Amino acid sequence: MRSELVNPFLKATMSTFQTMVNTAPTPGTPYVKAEPSLSHDVSGIIGLSGGAKGAVIISFPTKTALAVVSAFIGLNVSQIDADVTDAVGELANIIAGAAKADLQGLNVTISLPSVVVGSNHKVTTPKDIPSIVIPFNCTHGEFVVEVCIALT
Amino acid sequence: MKILLVDDSSTMRRIQKNTLGSLGFTDVDEAEDGQDAVAKVGKAPYELVLMDWNMPNMTGIDALKAIRANPATAKIPVIMVTSESEKTRILEAIQAGATNYIVKPFTPDVLKEKLDAIGK
Repeated sequence: MRSELVNPFLKATMSTFQTMVNTAPTPGTPYVKAEPSLSHDVSGIIGLSGGAKGAVIISFPTKTALAVVSAFIGLNVSQIDADVTDAVGELANIIAGAAKADLQGLNVTISLPSVVVGSNHKVTTPKDIPSIVIPFNCTHGEFVVEVCIALT
Repeated sequence: MKILLVDDSSTMRRIQKNTLGSLGFTDVDEAEDGQDAVAKVGKAPYELVLMDWNMPNMTGIDALKAIRANPATAKIPVIMVTSESEKTRILEAIQAGATNYIVKPFTPDVLKEKLDAIGK
């Protein structure tokens, strides 16, 4: 996968967290997703279509999701509820929208967000589209952004 | 000043409402999508609409066009607040009659700057 397709999502994640969550996440080394895939507790998913197809997925363990959402909305949340899932979907939406600006020549369209909640769930992406996982660490804990993207 | 806040995300409505409150704007109503916004905007003397773009039922850009097409609401300032940051999208919004444009992610200072720019 070309790095110019992944870097916009890395950059967008960092700027979104710095601006909206008031924390500067540190990216780890990106790697190609392999089976068995990672398991998570809360995932926000945005579909990509148009000049590129695939999805961008931001996934958290429960503890990190609660801490990130508390900082994002300015209110302490202690359990995964509708407010938390809405917030995780909105974070995914903001990241995808910001990344899209760096993919201007591709005319990418982003979907409305979907959010999956479930202890140790796995998000499966199409096998014919490569997926790069970018691990992040921030003051609220660890999370990953998965970029599954291919040109159409 | 009476403000209508339009976003399908309750999180973004809450964040923006809190930010507006910290800036002294407390008369804020909410709409969940473009359809809801168009229905509400003509029923109260709103002086500003903050409008998301990507929403179910009716998008923000379609709601903006509907607001501009109605003589009763045509002159209400509408600021698009959206993650759509491509130049072509910004141009599309301006051509549809957007008064200003805020790209997510944004800080409270950016919102204040845009409100100042339209004299609010």
